[in-house]
Amino acid sequence: MGNRVVVTGMGVCAPNGIGLSEFAASLKNGNSGIQFYSELEKLNFSCQVAGKPLINTINLNRYFTNVQLKGLNASGVFYGVIAGKDAWEDAGLSSVSSENPDWDSGIIFGTGILGVDKFREAIYQVDEGNVRRLGSTSVIQTMASGISAYLGGMLGCGNQVTTNSSACTTGTEALLMGYERIKNKKAVRMLVGSCSDSGPYVWGGFDAMRILPRNYNDNPEAASRPMSASAAGFVPGSGAGALVLESLESALERGANIYGEIIGGNVNSGGQRGGGSMTAPNSKAVQRCITNAIEDSGIEPNDIDTINGHLTATSKDPDEITNWSQALGRSGIDFPFVNSFKGHFGHCLAAAGSIECVGTLLQFKENQIFGNINCEDVHPEIDKLIDTSKIPRTTMDFAPKIIAKASFGFGDVNACVIFKAYS
Amino acid sequence: MQEERYQKLKEIVQTYLPDDVSAEAIQMESNFTQELNINSANLVDIVLDVEDAFDIMLENEDMDGMQTVKDALQIIDYKIAAK
Repeated sequence: MGNRVVVTGMGVCAPNGIGLSEFAASLKNGNSGIQFYSELEKLNFSCQVAGKPLINTINLNRYFTNVQLKGLNASGVFYGVIAGKDAWEDAGLSSVSSENPDWDSGIIFGTGILGVDKFREAIYQVDEGNVRRLGSTSVIQTMASGISAYLGGMLGCGNQVTTNSSACTTGTEALLMGYERIKNKKAVRMLVGSCSDSGPYVWGGFDAMRILPRNYNDNPEAASRPMSASAAGFVPGSGAGALVLESLESALERGANIYGEIIGGNVNSGGQRGGGSMTAPNSKAVQRCITNAIEDSGIEPNDIDTINGHLTATSKDPDEITNWSQALGRSGIDFPFVNSFKGHFGHCLAAAGSIECVGTLLQFKENQIFGNINCEDVHPEIDKLIDTSKIPRTTMDFAPKIIAKASFGFGDVNACVIFKAYS
Repeated sequence: MQEERYQKLKEIVQTYLPDDVSAEAIQMESNFTQELNINSANLVDIVLDVEDAFDIMLENEDMDGMQTVKDALQIIDYKIAAK
C-alpha cells in the first residue's frame, strides 16, 4: 500500500496575482492579468498583449541574497523562486540551517526554456569574441534545471532535485512525478511546480505560428476567450506555480494545513498518431489519459463534480470538451462544472499546469468554483455537447469534492490529475 | 593613490559578500573564499568588475594568484603601472 499524498503548501507568481490571497481574489472576481506591452508593438508582434507577473512591486530581498540578485536576468528564476519559497513557507516548512540537507525532501520543478534574456546577453558577448566576460552565472541562469537548482540550495533539499520539461503539460506532469515519488515512499515531501520565462523571445515563436489573437491589442482583458465562439487564439503568459506535496502521515504528524488530496492521475502521449501531431492532440490519447487517471484514482466518472480544463482559447476548445464528454460518458446537464483560468491570465506555457493546479485547489478552500471570463458567447459546438449552466460565467458557491485537472502540450503529451477535498 | 585603489576594490568585493558577512570584515589580508566566504565562482565576477573599474585586463594566470585582497591590489598596481 502506497502513501496517501496531500498538498500542504502552495505559492504562485501569476500575471493576475502574486501570492495566494491576491491570486484567489483575482480568480474569484474575474480580474484579468493580461496587458498591452508596447515592447511587443515596437517589435512588430501581431499579438501585443500578454500575461506577465508584476514582480517590480515585490521586495526581492525576501527571496534572494544580494549576491544572487547581481546580474540575475532570468525571469523564470524570479517567478519560480518566489512561488517555490512561498509554497515552502505556506506549508510551515523552513530552509535547512544545518550542514546536512533534508534527505526526505525533494524538488521537481519544470520549465520550457530558462533564462532567455540572460542567454541573449551571452550570445551578444560570445559573438563579439568576449566569452571571457560572460561572468559566473550564465550557466546556472540558462540551464533548464537552474530553477530546481536555485530552489534546492535555498531550501536545502537532499532528495531528488530535478527539472522536467513537456511543453504545456510540464507543471501538471511535475505534480504527478512528485506524487508518485511520495506514494512509492521514495520521499516524504516534494516541492513541485513549474515556471515559464516572459518576453518576446519566448512568445515570438508562437506569434510566428499565427496562433495568437491579433485583434485585441486595444482591449487586452478581452483577448483570452476560452470556450467562447469568438475565441481567437491563446494569449501568451508567464509565471510560476508551486505546491508542497507530502505524505498524509507526515502532514498529520506536523499538524499541517491540507489543501486537498491527490488520489491519482495519468501521463501519456498520443505518439503523434491518429490525428495527433507535434502541435495537435490525438483525441484518443486524451480520452485514455482521463480514463486512466479516473481508474488510477479508484473512482467512477460520475464522482467528478468539477473540471479545470487545459482550454487555451483556440479553435480546439470544442475538441477538448468532446474528449472530456466521451471519456466521462457524460454530457448535457449531467456534465461536471468546467472552467479554465486562461481567460484571466492567458496561457502560461510551461507554468500553466502548476499555476492552474494552485487555482484548482484554492476552490476547495474557498468552497467556490471560480467563474470563466470572456465566454458570454459559448462556442456553439460546446453548447451542443453540454448544458451552459455547467460553464459558470461568474464565481459560484459550490463545495467541490473531486476535481479533475488536465494539461496538454506540444509533442502530443497529456497529463490528468484527480484532486479530492480532504476531510 | 594606494588608499584610493584599496577603497575602490573594497567596494567591489563588498557586493559579493554573503549576506551574513559584513563589509567591515574586508581587511588587507582577507582571503576571498576562506575568510570572506565568497563563492569561488564569484571570483570571476570580481575580476570583471576590477577590469571595468581600473580599465585594465587580467589574464587567467593573474586570477590564479589572486587569493587575498592584498594579492588583488598588487596585481592592480602592476597592471596600472604597465599601462
